[in-house]
Amino acid sequence: MSAPAKPTLRPGAEAIAAKGWLAAHKWLLLRRSSQLGILLLFLVGPWFGWWIVKGNLNFSYTLNVLPLADPYVIVQSLLARQVPEKLALTGALIVVLFYLLVGGRSYCSWVCPVNLLTDLAYWLRVRLGLKGSAHISRPTRYWMLGMTLLLATATGTIAWEMVNPVSMLHRGLLFGIGFAWAVVLAVFLFDLFVMRHGWCGHLCPVGAFYSLIGRFSVARVRLPARDACNDCMDCFAVCPEPQVIRPALKSIAGAPPLILEANCTNCGRCIDVCSKNVFAFGTRFNTTVLPVAGVPHAAPK
Amino acid sequence: MENVDKPSAAARRQFLADTARMACGVGLLGLGVGLYARHAQALPPAAIRPPGALPETEFSAACIRCGLCVRDCPFDILHLAKPEEPMSTGTPYFVARQLPCEMCEDIPCVKACPTGALDHSLKDINKSKMGLAVLVDHETCLNFLGLRCDICYRICPVIDKAITLVPLSNPRTGKHTLFIPTVHSEHCTGCGKCEKACPTEVAAIKVFPLTMAKGQLSSHYRLGWVEKEKAGGSLVAPDIEHRYNMPEGMKYESGKGLSGSPGAVPQAPTSAEPVGLPKAFQGGKL
Repeated sequence: MSAPAKPTLRPGAEAIAAKGWLAAHKWLLLRRSSQLGILLLFLVGPWFGWWIVKGNLNFSYTLNVLPLADPYVIVQSLLARQVPEKLALTGALIVVLFYLLVGGRSYCSWVCPVNLLTDLAYWLRVRLGLKGSAHISRPTRYWMLGMTLLLATATGTIAWEMVNPVSMLHRGLLFGIGFAWAVVLAVFLFDLFVMRHGWCGHLCPVGAFYSLIGRFSVARVRLPARDACNDCMDCFAVCPEPQVIRPALKSIAGAPPLILEANCTNCGRCIDVCSKNVFAFGTRFNTTVLPVAGVPHAAPK
Repeated sequence: MENVDKPSAAARRQFLADTARMACGVGLLGLGVGLYARHAQALPPAAIRPPGALPETEFSAACIRCGLCVRDCPFDILHLAKPEEPMSTGTPYFVARQLPCEMCEDIPCVKACPTGALDHSLKDINKSKMGLAVLVDHETCLNFLGLRCDICYRICPVIDKAITLVPLSNPRTGKHTLFIPTVHSEHCTGCGKCEKACPTEVAAIKVFPLTMAKGQLSSHYRLGWVEKEKAGGSLVAPDIEHRYNMPEGMKYESGKGLSGSPGAVPQAPTSAEPVGLPKAFQGGKL
């Protein structure tokens, strides 16, 4: 491998220098607060008896008013030839509508507890300088999704829930973890030693399901200042799904300045680490491009 | 034409190879999970589902493992199965010997279920069929040993219906009665109170999932005494009064035993009526 052209600064170092540490971690901090906050909302029930939210990510009931159901589990239940009661169906509908607004895979980066672990694995992987990564193509997750749906149909049970690390971790934290820790540890170690972004980025059928909703969702990462891009590649380095950036950033085939790929998790790390403020959150209907003053393109350092 | 096709042929080959690899890998995983799921449908005998649970095959499709029944159980008897336990991960159950179902009249666990895996049409807890109590061990049941333990009978929330004490003579002493706790499946809810209360080291009466505990007669079987009652009389032959053929001068009475001595004056037969013809031959309807 040839030596990198620029000195090995950590991704985001330029942004910290340009915007300050807080602004360069804004969305990351918000995202962690969301992930931990949601987990905490669930946990204060069993911990302190404050039942704001009952249940878990498969189905939860907030203040005995708001039902929320995982549409992926409900679909499996329907395929296993059971029609749930109205409460669960309503909950699934609310969740689908919500993610149609905020972006399908926002679930992955803002809610899912496994993301905390796989992000930690990736952070460690970079810190420890672990280079190698097994190759499994990203669309494998859709095969996984298809397999789980087929299993539900063939076995007449919600078979994937027997082994699903996502619900296993969340349920385990709330109801007693048992040996689920081993499954979760396996996912962590897989991401750390075997494959970069392995679970969330390549295999997880839950994420694959939410990406289908994300195909049509409203909230998007916009690139209002894509002409200001200096090709520092920091966004590619931090993005858990780097393939989603290129079309919008490089205007491939006349692509609008919007990340429209279904697998963008709306994590906002690209917004944080960009020292040129190329990215911003917006809606899919907003394609405005700001005129960039005095920056032709790719300013040399 | 061939020159144009060459790179796409290579790409197609690569695509097919990648696809085959993915399909095989994912397929293998799916096979494993599928077999695991099938195995898990055989509920372990100590795991009892909450009231109103659909039959196991339907339950594992309807239950979304949310744990709301666990949360709304006021007695905290329910658990969600952990992955290492031999049943569908995340599904609710209780172990009667640890904590039995208290049979709340408003059935909060069923009300809490968002999917109907716990059937919302169950309104009367006494109609629930969580399992069925079975007096599994005749050798250690204290009542079978001739004692008046009766605890399972006394503790039963459906007393005198789900468990009755059936008197049988005690062949060991020849003069006492065994009061045999007898479970009646049409009334037993499977709450497990009897199993919890059984005072022996290991319970002699246990609750099992219904599929495990309940037998079924073949559909063509008819119970003679039931049919007799329906027909208003014996269908085959009139009942014959039982007589003992004793030596002359001796008499046997049920419960009292032998009396008299050989050689005494024989008693005249109490009834001299002839053995009647079968009802069928008397013009009666079969």
